[in-house]
Amino acid sequence: MIKMPAFRLLLASAAIAATFLTTFLMRAPLAQAIDIQKIVSPKGLTAWLVEDHSNPIITVNFAFRGGAALDPAGKEGLANLVASTIDEGAGDLDSQAFQRALEDFSVSLNFRAGQDSFSGSLRTLTRNRDRVFELLKLALTRPRFDADAVARMKSQILAGLRRRSENPRQIAGRMLLKTLFPGHSYGNPVMGSAETIPFIKIVDLKLFQAQRFAKDNLVVSVVGDVTAVALGKLLDSVFGSLPETASPWKLPDIMATAGNRTIVIDKPIPQSVIRFAQAGIKRNDPDFFAAYIMNYVLGGGGFESRLYREIREKRGLAYSVYSYLSPYNHTGIIMGGSATANARAAETIKILKNEWRRMADQGLTRTELDDAKTYLTGSYPLRFSSSRQIAAMMTGIQLERLGIKYIDQRNSFINTVTLDDVNQVAKKLLDADALTLVVVGRPDGVQAEGQ
Amino acid sequence: MMRLIKLLGLLLTIYAGLTAAWDDAVEAAIFNPDTFTLRNGMQVVVISNHRAPIVTHMVWYKVGSADEPPGKTGVAHFLEHLMFKATKTLQSGEFSKIVARNGGQDNAFTSLDYTGYHQTVAASRLEAVMRIEADRMRNLIIDAKEVEPERQVVREERRSRTDNSPAAKLREQLNATIFLNYPYRNPVIGWDHEIVDLTVDDLRRFYDTYYWPNNAILVVAGDITADVLKPLAEKYYGAIPAGKIPPRIRPQEPPHNAARTVTLSDSRVRQPSWQRAFFAPSRIYGDKQHSYPLEVLSQVFGGGATSRLYRSLVIEQRIALSAGSFYDADKLGPSNFSIFASPRPGVGMDQIERVVAAEIKKLRENGVSQEELTRAKTGLQAEAVYVRDSMGAGARVLGAALSSGQTIADVEAWPDRIGRVTADQIKAAANAVLRQKRAVTGYLLPGQPTPNQPQTNRPQTNKGG
Repeated sequence: MIKMPAFRLLLASAAIAATFLTTFLMRAPLAQAIDIQKIVSPKGLTAWLVEDHSNPIITVNFAFRGGAALDPAGKEGLANLVASTIDEGAGDLDSQAFQRALEDFSVSLNFRAGQDSFSGSLRTLTRNRDRVFELLKLALTRPRFDADAVARMKSQILAGLRRRSENPRQIAGRMLLKTLFPGHSYGNPVMGSAETIPFIKIVDLKLFQAQRFAKDNLVVSVVGDVTAVALGKLLDSVFGSLPETASPWKLPDIMATAGNRTIVIDKPIPQSVIRFAQAGIKRNDPDFFAAYIMNYVLGGGGFESRLYREIREKRGLAYSVYSYLSPYNHTGIIMGGSATANARAAETIKILKNEWRRMADQGLTRTELDDAKTYLTGSYPLRFSSSRQIAAMMTGIQLERLGIKYIDQRNSFINTVTLDDVNQVAKKLLDADALTLVVVGRPDGVQAEGQ
Repeated sequence: MMRLIKLLGLLLTIYAGLTAAWDDAVEAAIFNPDTFTLRNGMQVVVISNHRAPIVTHMVWYKVGSADEPPGKTGVAHFLEHLMFKATKTLQSGEFSKIVARNGGQDNAFTSLDYTGYHQTVAASRLEAVMRIEADRMRNLIIDAKEVEPERQVVREERRSRTDNSPAAKLREQLNATIFLNYPYRNPVIGWDHEIVDLTVDDLRRFYDTYYWPNNAILVVAGDITADVLKPLAEKYYGAIPAGKIPPRIRPQEPPHNAARTVTLSDSRVRQPSWQRAFFAPSRIYGDKQHSYPLEVLSQVFGGGATSRLYRSLVIEQRIALSAGSFYDADKLGPSNFSIFASPRPGVGMDQIERVVAAEIKKLRENGVSQEELTRAKTGLQAEAVYVRDSMGAGARVLGAALSSGQTIADVEAWPDRIGRVTADQIKAAANAVLRQKRAVTGYLLPGQPTPNQPQTNRPQTNKGG
């Protein structure tokens, strides 16, 4: 049972901060550890590769731009259903034969739909490489979508939705997004709903596969026991026969709706689950890093954040309290959550709003900024401790078009943010009166408002 | 603990002829750790992995919730929370602040058999975290000022994990039913009425009994070698005197003579579920020769989309939405072999039970095929290769094994021992373990929480599902 340890921030540590501050620059060793090559295959496909021959393992992560947000109205959940069904048989292999092949080669192959992309990951032992890449190619180019497999996956997704509907966190999150993005597909759950999933037909899955998997919306990242030359050939064999271009799409930008809103969803549970959000910032916004640092101090920094200190450490109101930036391609929000005994929900919300307001009005202190930079730059290498992490990060960087030098530059982006930058962003972004809160439970003294 | 793991170069050679090659493979290893013991009895384990310039530093105490005194459930976990408060040299909260200022991340965990504290930092910062981790081994200050707010945090944690979730509440009751006498019947986080009554003295006594170097294991994984670590370990941990640790004696299980059921009905349940847990041996407890065969059996029987249970219940009979089995051998005390299924809407629990019973009967009479055996072993052994890829995984696997009665040799020999499991051993394990009188069946049902509702058979149709 992992428990988050307790924490308290003290004033007395300015001297300690000074000792550690300047010395902590991770760029040089990190650059050595992560040497990204850009590979161009014989047929002109590109991929990012980190060669590492220390274990006989190859890890692949790839994504097609365009995700669940493009699901047709009334068929929400389509991209997610494709992700569930695409490994349920391909080519001459039916569902059981395909799954058995995956097991025989000890491969893990996963597909996932997000709002803005459809991604896949694969991990194989080197010795099975060629046969496993052939299975991936089959899944992407000749999925069977057999009726019985599609029906089985639909029923599993519906069961998953029923389970989520028992979970107060899920209930709150779903309501929150629906409220923030009315009439926009970002307000719809990626999984779809019991009202939409039955209407998705096999022909819709086939159309998705034909229209969304193409070369021009594909990014590929590879880590492990493969050379650049060998990878070039593998890229061509897996992705080389995809169409040149994905079918075009248009998704409008949207600003999260604002308003001093509290939505209470009554459930007979002892603890109120609270989730909250307001408009945030996109990943490509020039202020992104200033907002990122601000959020670290507000509620992002694990045991070090203001929300953690005020709500958990000082008052014992909650086990978990957090906030995070959630950027999409066409919007951005800042979101968070907590959970507290019903009797103490009103107090928790009051403190949350106070901290929100205080950050907007007063911003960070110099010490908070310095500590945040020290942590955020110093801990960056911790994200490179497994092939899966590295491959997924490279895919994220490619999707956001941050450039192949991003990993080396990232800490300097953090370090160049000034106190003024952060405090301007806090003032511009945060508005306690624009927060939307959803509370699931039987909270004492919390009134629904602003609906 | 995640399934134990295994070796790579080895697997390259054995793939061609899986069964035959095993005889040559005996000396293969997964993590190839170095180990030494400090003069005060603290064991040190080093797993070198130089892929990134970082280290994971862990201290494992060989004490978990199953070592708590009667009536004091939750004390091990509560103490874990307090370990982040003040010591004789650090102010409350300063520990994690120092870790963060070194660009590191830290946390802790409590389990049935162990309690662990860990930080991941740049290799150049290792000494800074060793200093403060060693400090809190003996210098913690436990007082009411810290205990009271933290008690509320722990109770909120309990509400989040258990009390707010019908499935978690059922799991807790099932655990309390399958173990008749062994302390695994108590939840790791503790029963709320006992958490409320834990005193400063209870917490201090637990700390002073178990938090000593000769009851702890230091595990460091990452960009480090034993030569570099040894002087640091001696400087920080070697300076702490050994304590007198009570022997790890726990109440033992009597024979299990009756099938039991637990039922939880709740209006919030929208998807019913069925599970059956069979009381089982572990690597250390009971008929432990069955532990490796049971791991292979769980893979064949319920380990994924081609397993027997999934094929039978989900694909062929179409009465369940999902189905599988689970077995964890890595415990100091007894374990359980669990089977679970989610019935399709309109399908009764009795239908699930009939099909599961038929599958168990087939298994007990005919065992598993050579093809199933080979496929299961290949899959399990591949995990031993994959686990090496993550820098921190070795520290977690070895720490858990060493603090719950196993040795480094046991961990390193895992793929080999899995490779030697025979179909006959699996059949014998199935016949010993998969017996109704050793089992508890759990039903999670929609409906009103009426305690004495008969546990059956007809999950109401899913409203709004």
